[in-house]
Amino acid sequence: MNILVCISCVPDTTSKINFTQNKKKLDEEGITFIINPYDEFCLTKAIFMKESSGANVTVISVGDSKSESVLRKALAIGADNAVRINADSDSSKSVANLIADYCSKNKFDIIFCGRESIDFNGGQVPGFIAAKLNLPFINSCVGLDYTDDKINAKREIDSGHEMCECSLPAVVAGQKGLVEEKDLKIPSMRGIMTARTKPLEILDPESTYNNNIEILELSKPSERSDCKIISEDNVGELVQLLHKEAKVI
Amino acid sequence: MSLFTLIENWEGRFKKNSFETVSYAKKIADKLNSQLTVLTFSAKQPSELSKFGADKIINISNIKFEEASNDLIAEICQNHIQDGDYQTLVFSNTNLGKNVSPIISQKLNYELLSNVISHPDSISPMSVKCKAYSSKAIVEYQSSSKLNAISIVPNSIGEINESPVEFELNEIEFNKSTYEPKLKVLSRSESTEKISLPDANIVVSAGRGLKGPENWKMIEELANLLNAGTACSKPVSDMGWRPHSEHVGQTGIAINPELYIAIGISGAIQHLAGVNSSKNIVVINSDPEAPFFKSADYGIVGDAFDIIPKLIEEIKQYKN
Repeated sequence: MNILVCISCVPDTTSKINFTQNKKKLDEEGITFIINPYDEFCLTKAIFMKESSGANVTVISVGDSKSESVLRKALAIGADNAVRINADSDSSKSVANLIADYCSKNKFDIIFCGRESIDFNGGQVPGFIAAKLNLPFINSCVGLDYTDDKINAKREIDSGHEMCECSLPAVVAGQKGLVEEKDLKIPSMRGIMTARTKPLEILDPESTYNNNIEILELSKPSERSDCKIISEDNVGELVQLLHKEAKVI
Repeated sequence: MSLFTLIENWEGRFKKNSFETVSYAKKIADKLNSQLTVLTFSAKQPSELSKFGADKIINISNIKFEEASNDLIAEICQNHIQDGDYQTLVFSNTNLGKNVSPIISQKLNYELLSNVISHPDSISPMSVKCKAYSSKAIVEYQSSSKLNAISIVPNSIGEINESPVEFELNEIEFNKSTYEPKLKVLSRSESTEKISLPDANIVVSAGRGLKGPENWKMIEELANLLNAGTACSKPVSDMGWRPHSEHVGQTGIAINPELYIAIGISGAIQHLAGVNSSKNIVVINSDPEAPFFKSADYGIVGDAFDIIPKLIEEIKQYKN
């Protein structure tokens, strides 16, 4: 079985977010880039599948050289080979189309993506890939069983779960639950050593896709006013404030 | 040129965000002086949507949201969108919206603006504000395409405007033999009694400070009183005290209710990412240094086991 895991390179979850002077981009100074946490669940699942049934795992990222350290980490965790498509990653559609183009030339049974990336949170790439390749799309996947030509999946829906099945190949957008957080793989010393010799291919895009969406401005949400502390002996005051001031009850 | 929107329901009844979505689309339709078409499935009272401005209502009467696969819903939307002349598509960024909007946009060549939290600042070119960096930032996008799909975060606009119009209702059966769904839905479990988190006006949430799953009774009682949804922090779902589906935060669900009450949750940055769009935040924590107080509107420092029973009593009194 051939598995592709799409990886997005994002600022560490605890990063303080600041913008460049023109407010069009993230100020990358002092920011550490990591594997998008949603993609990490997918990567670990793919490695489990490799361990249990000998799948081959490729990781792919669209972006500049900054994503290479993240891809090396994925190789250290256990992926077999890595691909970086040397193109701008600003547009979800372009990223998805470039990955779909790569998939048309290289056969994959399962294409994993994180449900969303923690930078722009668009949640668009997995669905775009599935639509472009005309494949089944399992979004918000929290459990996956498979045979050679079929998958059985558990998906999250708005206040419950769905069990579904589809034939392979398919696009699966994963999240916590696909594997448990405590089971997430971290690179071993041996993994880090072998990752150095594993292939990391850099490909130029074969087509260019227009980006019709432009960032006009990045801003921060307005700050809350100071927290009003209510005495623990006067809980009734909270109820009054929620009723009269906040007008929410 | 006109507008198209997909309106969800569950077991035939519309949800709160259904009317929010119609109201949102209606506002754009008015600015463009154009018609608003809504598509829904097996709605019990489809004409209800005309109260919020739907000029044309298509009700697919032989397919239900509770049973259909996402790709089937997307396929039917596509067929109808292709038959019309729609400049703008509007979706709610619910789980279903997140599944079908990328498929439809990709296949029909619309630009997709998802996670939208504002009315358009401009319609031509289309520009809207969206959540980014897990609610730590807001990004304003502008699309240079004439064809755009907008997916709005449920509850983020919060406006439901009555604007009754004369309407045309089409009850249509979909010819199921024309499409073989790619996903086969085997079963669905959606609790109809519980309030779904993205839909809830008020959410009561608790963390490790509650000490054990046996102590959630008072959280549930408080939630019931307030007609609220229940949520929890990540450690609580990781330890299996509460189901994963209740985990709000960066790798869980992002919510934006009118009121979020956090009990025994310290307020790690990953937790805030999922909840700091809430309009009002109440924090109850025994540790006065808990970082969550910095992001709260109201706070009580004290033991949850003392305060929650008192709060329950006070709310009961207030209700009377």
